[in-house]
Amino acid sequence: MIEIKNLYKSFEDKDVLKGITTTFPAGQTNLIIGQSGSGKTVLMKCIVGLLTPTSGEILYDGRDFVSMNKREKAMLRREMGMIFQSAALFDSMTVLENVMFPLDMFSSMTLRDRTRRAQQCLDRVNLSDAQHKFPDEISGGMQKRVAIARAIALNPKYLFCDEPNSGLDPKTSLVIDALIHDITVEFNMTTIMNTHDMNSVMGIGDSIIFIKEGLQEWTGDKSQVAVSDNQALTDFIFASDLLKKARQAFV
Amino acid sequence: MNFIYKPLATFGRYILLMGKVFSRPERFRMYWKQYLKEMQQLGIDSIGIVLMISFFIGAVICIQMKVNVSSPWMPRFSTGFTTREILLLEFSSSIMCLILAGKVGSNIASEIGTMRVTQQIDALEIMGVNSASFLILPKILGLVTMIPFLVVFSMVAGFGGAYGISLMGIITPEDLTYGLQHSFNQWYLWMGIIKSFFFAFIIASVSAFYGYTVEGGSVEVGKASTDSVVHCSMLILFADIFLTQLLS
Repeated sequence: MIEIKNLYKSFEDKDVLKGITTTFPAGQTNLIIGQSGSGKTVLMKCIVGLLTPTSGEILYDGRDFVSMNKREKAMLRREMGMIFQSAALFDSMTVLENVMFPLDMFSSMTLRDRTRRAQQCLDRVNLSDAQHKFPDEISGGMQKRVAIARAIALNPKYLFCDEPNSGLDPKTSLVIDALIHDITVEFNMTTIMNTHDMNSVMGIGDSIIFIKEGLQEWTGDKSQVAVSDNQALTDFIFASDLLKKARQAFV
Repeated sequence: MNFIYKPLATFGRYILLMGKVFSRPERFRMYWKQYLKEMQQLGIDSIGIVLMISFFIGAVICIQMKVNVSSPWMPRFSTGFTTREILLLEFSSSIMCLILAGKVGSNIASEIGTMRVTQQIDALEIMGVNSASFLILPKILGLVTMIPFLVVFSMVAGFGGAYGISLMGIITPEDLTYGLQHSFNQWYLWMGIIKSFFFAFIIASVSAFYGYTVEGGSVEVGKASTDSVVHCSMLILFADIFLTQLLS
């Protein structure tokens, strides 16, 4: 479980996050949604430690990440996995080497065990055939799946996904969503996902936080999104005429 | 005040980055693997260009010395002698490192810069890897290890170029050989190699700094690559003055 308490982040004189307080429970996919520039990527970066918050607390199962020293942060980061918007695979390494990298770096397994573990992870994302290819030889969807395999190689307790469906077609997006959700439940991970994708919101949004201009505007789950009377959320989710009509029919 | 503040701030950030770079590696095995890869990429892959440039410059220096320095008042070995001194003292260490700043420096800055903008460095940080140390330390050590070999290869190729000219009849091979061997001071060879260690450190660390601190996209990566070459070249030239004074 990850708890955020009164989190503020400012860049020079611009306040990007204005007192976010929320909890992301384990074993479910927690989505952060909001318009571009609303602060959701900054929130994610603060949670994983790529940015230092101006004030506030980030508690990983009770451990305050903000007040940790460098060494403690490095140790905690070994319990994290992250899937980036661009997949962020190491382009000088093959798919298998990418998945093996965290194992090579931090595990004390033998080479055979590390290889076996990486192959298991690739099997889990249905990519065992592509293990000897380089990232630029596989499709965007496959790259995201490799990123998922790399993120789960060390059995992380916390999984972070920054717009994992960005640039993917709707069908592949559903595959990625399903994979992330299944892995979250299977390994009882605390998963936090930034997304713009309404299919993700409706499909795997076990817990949703909607951010507007750095403020926590709404929290709920996928069953409450469609019937919410929060105007800002409704305007964001049901932006197109088609979706507005669909909502009216649903409500 | 910006013209004072900005370079000082940049220097401060460079020192802080070097502090991160020279910290204890997480896993020596992985660093060793990277170190071997960098020796290949930065050193061995540069041998071709070093040999080619040195060969032709050696030949040109020999011609210029013959045409411009030789006279009935000068001994016949003076062409070989001056060619050797130029190659050993300046060309194979300083000028070759300026050329390497262009080839290797831009390579390092653009590689690390691209890793930065494609979030590969963020991915390393999230995993708990000291990305600065993992990416930059093997490059610095790899280039510092390979640079003496490149300098020696450059010297040999330069002499080869001069011999090539002697075979064309511009100078006799005997006069050239005598000139190359005349009053040979072994320290000059070591001076070139010692200087090159400093230049290699400048090339690898400064280029890596510019790549690592890129913010933005492909335009900024290109700018970082250019900045790294410009600053490496300037620093090599400044360092050359001090090192030459110190070692002479």
